[in-house]
Amino acid sequence: MVIPSDEARLVAAAKAGDSGAFTALVESTQADVYTLAYRLTGNEDDARDVAQEAYLRAFRSIKRFRGDARFSTWMYRITANCASTQLTRRSKGRHDELSDDDNVFDERPESDPEGMAEAGLLRDRVTEALADLPAILRAVVVLRDVYDLPHDAIASELGITESAAKVRLHRARRKLRERLFPMPGEEKARAV
Amino acid sequence: MRSSRFFGSGGVSCDDVADALPGIVDGLEVADLEVQRHVAACLRCQAELVQYRKVLRTLHQLRTEVLEPAPGLLPDILAAIGAAGERRAIHDLLNGRRVAYVGGIAAATAAGAAGAILASRARRRVRLAS
Repeated sequence: MVIPSDEARLVAAAKAGDSGAFTALVESTQADVYTLAYRLTGNEDDARDVAQEAYLRAFRSIKRFRGDARFSTWMYRITANCASTQLTRRSKGRHDELSDDDNVFDERPESDPEGMAEAGLLRDRVTEALADLPAILRAVVVLRDVYDLPHDAIASELGITESAAKVRLHRARRKLRERLFPMPGEEKARAV
Repeated sequence: MRSSRFFGSGGVSCDDVADALPGIVDGLEVADLEVQRHVAACLRCQAELVQYRKVLRTLHQLRTEVLEPAPGLLPDILAAIGAAGERRAIHDLLNGRRVAYVGGIAAATAAGAAGAILASRARRRVRLAS
C-alpha cells in the first residue's frame, strides 16, 4: 500500500508524464480496483476487462485528476463508470453469469476466534447475497455501503439521478436484510 | 407477510416504518417523530433496525477484503497502458508536425500578404512622384 504523501508524489510525477510513477500507482491499487470490479460485475472476465479499461481511462485523463481525493477513490469512480458501461453492454447481449468460487481472503487482524468465525460466516453470506442482487441494485449498495462513495458521485458514475440512487440503495438494503435476516412471515412470503 | 397493525397514538404502522428503516439505519434520512416513537415502542421494528445495522456493518467490513486477481492482470494492464502511451506519443508527434506545417503556411501567407501591401504602397509612391 502506498502512503498518502508517496501517493501525492507519484500522482504529480504521473501527471508530468512519468510512466514509471503511473505503473507504481497501478501496482498499488490494482487488487482493490479488481475487487471492486468483481463486486460490481459478478464475474472474473468482466472484472478483468473493467479493471483494464479503468486504468486506461485513468492514464488518458491523469492530467485532469485534481488530487482533492485519494487516487484510489478516483479509481473507484472510474471503475464504477466502466462497470456500468460493461453491464449495460452485457445486458444487451447475454445474461450475467455469477460465479460461486470467490477467492476472497480477509486481511483484517482478529483476536476473537469465535467472533471471527461468526463474522466470517456472515461476511460469506453477505457476499453471496450481494452477488445475487440485480446488477443495478448491487452497484449502488457496493459503492455506497462498501466503498463509501457519496451519493452524488454514485449517481454521476452510474448515469442516474441522485434520488434514483437513493431509491436503489433502499431497495438493495431491504433485499439484503430480508435475505440475511428474514422476519417472521418473510421467508414464507419469499417461498411462495 | 408483515403485520399492518398500528402502534402508539400516531397511527404509524410497522409497514410504514419498514419503508423508512433502510434510510434511517445510517442517517441517510432522518426519521420523523412518529416513526421514532413507533420504533421506541415496537420490539419488532427495533429488531429489524438491529438487523439492518448488522448488514451495514458487514458491508463495511467487506471493504477490507481484497480479491486476488489472476497473475496475468497486471501485465495486461501495463501492456495496454504502454500501447496507449505509444499511440499518444505518435499522436503528439503528428500533432506537433501538423502544427508546424500549419504554422509554416500561416507564416508564408502572412509574409506574402505583407509583401503585397508593401509593393502596392511602393507603386503608389512611384505614381505620386511621377
